[in-house]
Amino acid sequence: MRKRSAAMAAAVMACTMAMAACSGGAHGGGGPAATAAPPSDPSKVSGDITVLTHKTDLAADGTLARYAAEFTKIYPNVHVKFEPIVDYEGDVKIRLNSDDYGDVLMIPAAVPVDDYPKFFAPLGTPAELGQKYRFIDKGTDNGQVYGIAINGNATGMVYNKAVWQQAGVSSWPKTPEEFLADLKAIKDKGQAIPLYTIYHEGWPMTAWQSYLGEASCDPKANDNLATDPAPWAAGKELNGIDTLLYNVVHDGLTEKDPTTTAWEGSKGQIAAGKIGTLALASWAISQMKAAAKTGGQDPANIGFMPYPAQVDGHFCSVISPDYMEAVSIHSQHKAAARAWVDWFVDKSTYAQDQALLPTLKTGTLPAELKAYQDAGVQFIELSQDKNALVSKIDNESEIGLNKPDYRQHIVDLARGAGGGTLDGDFADLDKKWAAAVKSAGS
Amino acid sequence: MAQTADTAASAHPAQPAPGGGPATSAISARPTGLRPGRPRPRRALLRKATPWLFLAVPVALLLTFTYTPVANMLYYSFTDWDGFSPDRKLVGTANYSELFTRPDLFRVFFVSLFYLASGAVQMVLALYFATVLSFNVRFRNFFKGVLFFPYLINGVAIGFVFLYFFQPGGTLDSVLRLAGIHGEHLWLGDPKLANWSLASVSLWRYLGLNFVLFLGAIQSIPGEIYEAADLDGANRWHQVRYLILPGIRPVVSLAAILVVSGSLSAFEIPYIMTGGSNGTTTFVIQTVKLAFQFNKVGLASAAAVVLLGIVLVVTWIQRILVPDEGVDLT
Repeated sequence: MRKRSAAMAAAVMACTMAMAACSGGAHGGGGPAATAAPPSDPSKVSGDITVLTHKTDLAADGTLARYAAEFTKIYPNVHVKFEPIVDYEGDVKIRLNSDDYGDVLMIPAAVPVDDYPKFFAPLGTPAELGQKYRFIDKGTDNGQVYGIAINGNATGMVYNKAVWQQAGVSSWPKTPEEFLADLKAIKDKGQAIPLYTIYHEGWPMTAWQSYLGEASCDPKANDNLATDPAPWAAGKELNGIDTLLYNVVHDGLTEKDPTTTAWEGSKGQIAAGKIGTLALASWAISQMKAAAKTGGQDPANIGFMPYPAQVDGHFCSVISPDYMEAVSIHSQHKAAARAWVDWFVDKSTYAQDQALLPTLKTGTLPAELKAYQDAGVQFIELSQDKNALVSKIDNESEIGLNKPDYRQHIVDLARGAGGGTLDGDFADLDKKWAAAVKSAGS
Repeated sequence: MAQTADTAASAHPAQPAPGGGPATSAISARPTGLRPGRPRPRRALLRKATPWLFLAVPVALLLTFTYTPVANMLYYSFTDWDGFSPDRKLVGTANYSELFTRPDLFRVFFVSLFYLASGAVQMVLALYFATVLSFNVRFRNFFKGVLFFPYLINGVAIGFVFLYFFQPGGTLDSVLRLAGIHGEHLWLGDPKLANWSLASVSLWRYLGLNFVLFLGAIQSIPGEIYEAADLDGANRWHQVRYLILPGIRPVVSLAAILVVSGSLSAFEIPYIMTGGSNGTTTFVIQTVKLAFQFNKVGLASAAAVVLLGIVLVVTWIQRILVPDEGVDLT
């Protein structure tokens, strides 16, 4: 009998717990949380903190553990534990419904900026943090900063220098027309696929959205979308970017069957000169070089070029933050968590190790980006003033500027698989966008 | 009665005496606890509660993992929740009216027709193999294994395997070349072929399940009936036509329901292989994208509720057309 009542109690407990779990998410945002201020004396901070990270590769090869060991030298009483998550975006978005999402985490891209105060502890004012770090306004809501980018990315295209040179191209194309002509020259050589879309994987297609602002060299390019009822009209920037993508595919300058191409394979192929160009931002450079090294090729062949458009005789490259690190509002050790966030962007060699654009304004640029800048490419940062509104319009319209489907559809149209025309698609996109501007803007 | 109570008492000591083992407690429990013919009220209560206690665990699991999520989904479908925000607003039936005023959201059901067609082929094939393998065939168990095996493989693995299989110049093209059909086909790239390719993968995967259902039903037909049929001079075809088919009718109609609801809610294979690109989006893929790409969990929940409704209605219609009667072979 004792056993039975114990079993019943367990069953009842299981039910209650399940109910509690189900009704989770209804917790209130609460009042303004205490600022996770940086600690003044490293030896006084203590606590075990958990860091949720999307860098599963660095967690597996011990790089993150090495950073943690460095960190512990300065903060002897803080112990850092990493929780690598493969499907970071999807998993963490759901975990935000609970109170348990680590002490330090990367802010999932899907969380709207005006929800930041509900989930994360404020880190300071943009005025003080902005002097030291790039990309502060991306993590700012209502005069408080909630996230600091772990690194930045510069947009552009990764290419194989040898392939382009063999095709007789020695300088970066300055216009979409030149770009097409150069790709044709590569195709005529017959050695390499001029440009690989990696359509099947989906996410590489979103890199094309990052060229917004690059063609016009206008920091307001993203903000302007919030009030533009027809961003795909002739002569507009999105029209230009998508037309270039359309033409590249339409002229047969991409892989034969984009629906079965794989991302992992593309790394080795560009290193071996089987692929000429990949439309990916600067974070991809180090991975392609690593693939070249593994494949016995020369890593120096991997180059980085800007989007083929110039304003006032120079190229532009948009630099944008990668994931932003934030401190959970539910963290028990906010000071220790803040110490890690600061240490990671200030003192760790993460950006240099991975050849990334550092968040710290005084940080050294990796060699590839230094060369990029020396070649006359101007870095611009897109204004984030209306970013929340733009993403609201984007979701409302179900276009998904940063989602693969919209550009996959353009590729489908270009290869004659979509049953429609590019102009028809542009008109359709404009219609959806205009309707969403109206309903979301009010 | 007294005897049963005694056995029960010794098997489950009600009040173990302090320090005593089960044997002592059973003895000590007898004179105080039990009077022949009149069990103690507590014990009667316990006896009545026993079936409920046994039920408690499965019911708790069912409530936790099936009905609570469904109830939650119903609730979400009346809100404008984005999927993670702590706040959500009740919006009444706005999600449903949006759903039913946007024909583009229902156009994807056209894709289900491909899966329905492959499901029909799948049932015919499964029935054929089940009938053939229910007779004494050489390597019978081997073929059973071969047919059922795909169902055991993880859907993600199947997606990746077939991705290579369908690549231009990949496995399928090489095999076709051996058969004298040349050329490279874009099995997944050509919008005219893509849905057929995906539906045939789904056929390959679920054939085994249907096959096992049919085979089990066929084998439950008693052997004497075949013997009697043999004596009456029935040949194999007669046996199939007049014994097996009527004998397994309830299972066939169950399989048909599974095929129809499966084709309406096809998800795994197209999601992994094409992600819904190239005109292969099914209703569930579209719902997932609404919920997790565009953060419209409210609208997506409404879509899921509508899909549930459609499946229920289709099943109901099917039950009316093909009533589930008892099988009587005599």
